[in-house]
Amino acid sequence: MSDKDSESISDAELDRQAEVWEKIAHRPEFEKLLTAKARFIVPACVFFLVYYFALVVLVGWFPELSKKRIGPANLAYWFAFSQFFMAWIVAWIYVRAAGRFDRLSDELLGEHAQPSETPEK
Amino acid sequence: MTFFFPFLAEAAPEKGHAALFMFLLFVGATLVITWWSARKSSGASAYFAAGRRITGWQNGLAVAGDYMSAASFLGIAGMIATSGYDGFMYSVGFLVAYLTVLLVVAEPLRNLGKYTMADVLAYRLKERPVRAMASLSTLLVSVFYMIAQMVGAGVLVKELLPGVGFNTAVVGVGALMIVYVVFGGMLATTWVQIIKAVLLMSGSLFLSVLVMKEFGFSFSNFFESISAITVNKDGVESTVDFLTPGMKFKDPLDQISLGLALVLGTAGLPHILIRFYTVPDAKTARVSVIWAMIIIGLFYIMTTFFGFGAAALLDGDLVRSNPNMSAPLLAKALAGDLFFAFISAVAFATILAVVAGLTISASTSFAHDFFTNVIHHGKEHRPGEEVKVARITAFVVGAASITIAILLGPNINVAFLVGLAFAVAASANLPVILMSVFWKRFTTQGAVWGLGIGLVSSIVLILIGPTGMGEKAIFPLQNPGIASIPMGLLAAWVASLMTREHSAEARFAEMKVRAHTGHGAEQAEPH
Repeated sequence: MSDKDSESISDAELDRQAEVWEKIAHRPEFEKLLTAKARFIVPACVFFLVYYFALVVLVGWFPELSKKRIGPANLAYWFAFSQFFMAWIVAWIYVRAAGRFDRLSDELLGEHAQPSETPEK
Repeated sequence: MTFFFPFLAEAAPEKGHAALFMFLLFVGATLVITWWSARKSSGASAYFAAGRRITGWQNGLAVAGDYMSAASFLGIAGMIATSGYDGFMYSVGFLVAYLTVLLVVAEPLRNLGKYTMADVLAYRLKERPVRAMASLSTLLVSVFYMIAQMVGAGVLVKELLPGVGFNTAVVGVGALMIVYVVFGGMLATTWVQIIKAVLLMSGSLFLSVLVMKEFGFSFSNFFESISAITVNKDGVESTVDFLTPGMKFKDPLDQISLGLALVLGTAGLPHILIRFYTVPDAKTARVSVIWAMIIIGLFYIMTTFFGFGAAALLDGDLVRSNPNMSAPLLAKALAGDLFFAFISAVAFATILAVVAGLTISASTSFAHDFFTNVIHHGKEHRPGEEVKVARITAFVVGAASITIAILLGPNINVAFLVGLAFAVAASANLPVILMSVFWKRFTTQGAVWGLGIGLVSSIVLILIGPTGMGEKAIFPLQNPGIASIPMGLLAAWVASLMTREHSAEARFAEMKVRAHTGHGAEQAEPH
């Protein structure tokens, strides 16, 4: 991470560096990594937010349904309880997917990022 | 430490002894750790980030210890004991929130930053304005949260150790947290949090097992009895189903608003975010979130047993007269004075670990963001200056919190301060962190306005809401999130669109590559 003020380098130098980074960012390996990440993270976030707020909506607007008994507890409790497992399962699936992202990014760094090419500041 | 010895003598003769002994054991152990950390560490990355050598499971425990405050342990137990199901909704939100941390925040933050949340913003925006605003937001969030904890600590000690006054307790807790942070830095803070997490988990587990024993380890007995609790209110007996939602929240919008603040706010709490700088790399940061989620999830599931259990097993009047004491009282009812003492000591440990985390987050932000980068333009004038400033700030912040907590006194309602911290984190901090990592057109003005409007709208909406104005409230909801989060987002978005920043756009590709690959990220200190 650079501690240097971005104002303190000239525009020409900034653009030269930007061009180098743009090239790296446009490599197929990097684009593959970003697509893979977005394909996982965006649906995962949508899913967990919908699942969580579905509970809040159930509890807030459907009091009769919430009270419905299922076994020893009611629907509201079971749905709340299931949130814990939902969170753990999403986290577990993410860790597995992230292993794949790590390999993609290792490939990219290992094969292509020669230190001379990436401007150190 | 001499602070504690006079108050030893004042403590109640019989009952206080065991609690005091266990508390002193904890204090003694943490002071040894502080001494060990102080001897071991030197240099900025050691002080601010424990040399980035904390392992995944250690950091997971520390995140859990940093997060599960007295508000969680005593507060949620009390809320479930008095308001049933609605209290449990907090438990759910507190865990689900970690998916936001895991999926979008922890890894880019670790890859891009050094010591603080503002490092991420300053990566491609203008350092001074964004650091100044981010530092202000961090200081406010930390101080709000800290005062809530300190007042809680004072009240708790007063109840647990008859004879020790509120002021003595606040000064004692404050002095300890200052010692941990000033002398031991992040390493000592981390270990205090780890020990606390272990204590809290064992205490809660034991308490839960004891509760289930009362119901013959039968879940159907347990749920049956909490579904029909006899409540005696003003001499009228009625049967209440504690599993039915709606005992506390009357307006469903308020629940949505609270849910938003919890789920989005956790990923913007500065004292949680800085924990991810203490591990060697983003992959370890990820592993540590997983550990934290396992521990935090298990803990909040257990609130079912000791929360509802307190409602079913304790006398209703006793719980309602002091809901925050329901967990310790339950321990006493089920296993006697010794376990009561243990649970009380766990509660102390809980408070201490959280306030230490808050103090180090406030002082790191002031020293690194404000002093070094805003005032001194990113350069240390003398070697070691940043750490020195942080130590002084920790002392000042600690002393200020002690003073404010004493001035506010034990009777002030502090629950809203915790709500405020989450609202500010969700409305001000998280939107700008996300935009700076994922949106190329984001600008310095966007960050400054997003932080400013998010901060101001959260505070103002709480002040003009039922918490601040009671019956005459202008804003109808207790939780401002549903309005303040869109305001913060909108301000950041509009202000970005109204300005153009060539340097911010030019450095986006670099930031993107580094955020997602970890190239050039801060390395751990060599052994």
